[in-house]
Amino acid sequence: MRLRLRFFAAAREAMGRSELGLDVPEPYSVADLLARLRAEHPTFAALPPSMMVSVNLEYRSPEYELHEGDEVGFIPPVSGGTGAGYV
Amino acid sequence: MFEITGAPLTADVVADAVRVAECGGVVTFLGTVRSPSHGREVHYLEYEAYPEMAIPKMEQIAAEIRERWGLTRVAIRHRVGRLEVGEASVAIGVAAPHRHAAFEACEYAIVRLKQIVPIWKKEVWADGEEWIGWDAQFPRPES
Repeated sequence: MRLRLRFFAAAREAMGRSELGLDVPEPYSVADLLARLRAEHPTFAALPPSMMVSVNLEYRSPEYELHEGDEVGFIPPVSGGTGAGYV
Repeated sequence: MFEITGAPLTADVVADAVRVAECGGVVTFLGTVRSPSHGREVHYLEYEAYPEMAIPKMEQIAAEIRERWGLTRVAIRHRVGRLEVGEASVAIGVAAPHRHAAFEACEYAIVRLKQIVPIWKKEVWADGEEWIGWDAQFPRPES
């Protein structure tokens, strides 16, 4: 099945792009997708592990099963360092 | 009114958007670009949003406010792109029948915005830059 991936902020810079179409086998979970991106893109793997993921505009947990045509958004948290105290 | 915009923000726009006869209190909040931030002199900020998701999440906040405080009207506008120090990045207006609810709900709106609305800022200093995404209360999947 084909997924549409969207990257923002630190995730966009780590991937060097804001969008990516990706073919994956079924079944495939959010966790599977994160593991693949981390394996194939060292700069993505270097991001903080607490990456949030949205599927079709709703936050989803790592166990969530993806479906054909889903839009998956990668929503990075504070990128470490001085950001921790942001209010 | 829920909006992501590249244009400058004012309190007047969100105040006018929520004023109605039934509501005797209107509270507005402007979040502005601060410097210094974390002890460093800010050169400028870059804001980025996931607009297709940010707007429904803003609508969700308004629905949560109606659930908690009853009759209220909420407007949220967030700016994206490059912002200079002192410029407003977010404008929130809340109207309620009485001022107490309006103040409380406006505070709630900015707290929730930072929890669940996918918007990021990059601080650019003279000697570096960093993405500052969310506060410590990072959204959980059920948010």
